[in-house]
Amino acid sequence: MDKAPTTLVQMERGQRGTVLQLQGGRGLVNRLNALGIRPGKKITKVSAMLMRGPVTIEVDRAQIAIGFGMAKKITVKLD
Amino acid sequence: MTKILLMGNPNVGKSAVFSRLTGVKAVVSNYPGTTVSYTRGQMKLGEDTAEVIDVPGTYTLEPTSQAEEIALEMLKGGDVVVNVVNATNLERNLYLTLQLLEKGIPVVVALNIWDDTKHLGIDIDIDRLRQRLGVPVIPTVAVTGQGIKELVEAIPRATSPQPPPTSSDKRWAKVGNIVEEVQRLRHRHHTWRERLADASVRPFTGGFLALAVLASSFIIVRFIGEGLINYIFNPIFDNLWAPVLMKLSPLMGSEGFWHDIVIGKLISGEIDFVQSFGLLTSGLYVPLAMVLPYVVAFYFMLGILEDTGYLPRLAVLMDNVMHRLGLHGYAIIPTLLGLGCNVPAVLSTRILESKRERFIAATLISIAVPCAALQAMIIGLVGAEGWQYVAMVYGTLFIVWIVLGFILNRAVKGFSPELLIEIPPYRLPPWRTVLQKLWMRTYGFLVEAIPIILGAVVAINVLYYFGVFDAIANFTAPVVTNLLGLPKEAVTAIAIGFLRKDVAMGMLAPLALTSGQLVVGSVVLAMFFPCIATFVVLLRELGVVRMLKATGIMLASALIVGGLLNLIL
Repeated sequence: MDKAPTTLVQMERGQRGTVLQLQGGRGLVNRLNALGIRPGKKITKVSAMLMRGPVTIEVDRAQIAIGFGMAKKITVKLD
Repeated sequence: MTKILLMGNPNVGKSAVFSRLTGVKAVVSNYPGTTVSYTRGQMKLGEDTAEVIDVPGTYTLEPTSQAEEIALEMLKGGDVVVNVVNATNLERNLYLTLQLLEKGIPVVVALNIWDDTKHLGIDIDIDRLRQRLGVPVIPTVAVTGQGIKELVEAIPRATSPQPPPTSSDKRWAKVGNIVEEVQRLRHRHHTWRERLADASVRPFTGGFLALAVLASSFIIVRFIGEGLINYIFNPIFDNLWAPVLMKLSPLMGSEGFWHDIVIGKLISGEIDFVQSFGLLTSGLYVPLAMVLPYVVAFYFMLGILEDTGYLPRLAVLMDNVMHRLGLHGYAIIPTLLGLGCNVPAVLSTRILESKRERFIAATLISIAVPCAALQAMIIGLVGAEGWQYVAMVYGTLFIVWIVLGFILNRAVKGFSPELLIEIPPYRLPPWRTVLQKLWMRTYGFLVEAIPIILGAVVAINVLYYFGVFDAIANFTAPVVTNLLGLPKEAVTAIAIGFLRKDVAMGMLAPLALTSGQLVVGSVVLAMFFPCIATFVVLLRELGVVRMLKATGIMLASALIVGGLLNLIL
């Protein structure tokens, strides 16, 4: 069961995973793609701020901070 | 003339390459968004001169932001592209490279931040990358200048293999393919800088670090500012300049119209640099000995925060709070800039996505964020009454910032977009760029402020002489005395605040205000109306209608807050 898809928000700090899907409009998907976040990419969750704050992840040695609402829309398969 | 476009992702050192190529002093920063308005320069290219344009940072040519739309627009007018690529993040950067190649414009790739690949355990086969892309690839370290000569030599060899346009999925696949072939990663351990980077975006360690950073910044600014005032500027003015003026004063008759304009009024037979209010006394002392030291100190510290890469982390930490104000975390950067000068702060609200955010951010900055010049005068004059009063001024402005933001978030239609930013790695600030930027900003302050200050001093003296101020003061007396509890003469200071807030603050000095009145005066002066320079950029950035709305909010909130403070104090 621990391999079930989850979202960036639900991931624990320090966990690794692979991006499954970006559930958003074309605009959001484009912006995320441009920052290197695409299905199939390996990511690590670096941190999350309290109370629905932004999530920070690492992808290809770059760190990206993503607002809570967007982070909810990114599904991940844990390693 | 050949037009060379510098293009690349944000944060790849594009501005540093630009200043290396052109020698023109461009502002180089570590956070994305500083080059939304682009920079132009010229360079020698063989026998000819070429124009170099620093295009706003862009991740893709399928525009996702205003800055990227501008970048795409500028691409149409260029002859050659120098594509600056971050060697430590090849995959994401090469996507833009492929898009550029598809456009059929000649390209040279500068593989920048090359020095970092070694200790990050990244090996890149440059020859193979050159083959795969079909264009010159030059490793560079723009901060130190390494590889720049080779880059210049390669510009005439720029070519355009022009691969056929393709879909974004296929393009990503091709990028993946190239990276697979040219790049090898070695295992390595996390460095202390990366551990610190991770800790600064976690709630508790990050919050603690932010407090430590902001507190130490404040202490350093105070230390440098006070040090310059007490050990350099005050001794010069008191021991060298004052005796000269005391010789000059009797020559000009010790009083009268011209004496008052040039030297000002003598206070019990002596020159008082704050209160005399002549061109050669307050006109020089206020900008040079009271304001300049704090401007230098503030911009020094801001430059360090920018170039170490700390600010985006502050944006992540503040995101929650800023959402309550109808903004997202990134708006903290214009706000911090506003503590230096509201003009660049309002300009930099362009990095925010929506009109609504820009309106809220610009309004909040021009009301509740005092510039360095005003702050220096508040610290100088109100601080003399006791630090608790300075704290009252700052505390009030902070509460206004929060409450007003909260109200605007409710009142202005729309919603606030979400934060999505890249957080660059921590870097040791290159001292060359920190000092270069400090010099540019200080110079900018001097040439902008001093003529206006001197003009204001003359205007004030002339208007006093002809009794214009008395008329205004009498006319507005009911509001100023009843509502704000200030003497009616204070209105002249508030009116002059439209020209320069630091001069206006200086005009409160001779009024013998009580500590409470000084607090009310400082707060009203800070909130009431932006100075003329800020007013002009507000008008340009917001348009007439929203500018008028912002002005209405300013007037109303200044009177309400001033009135409340008067009741409490």
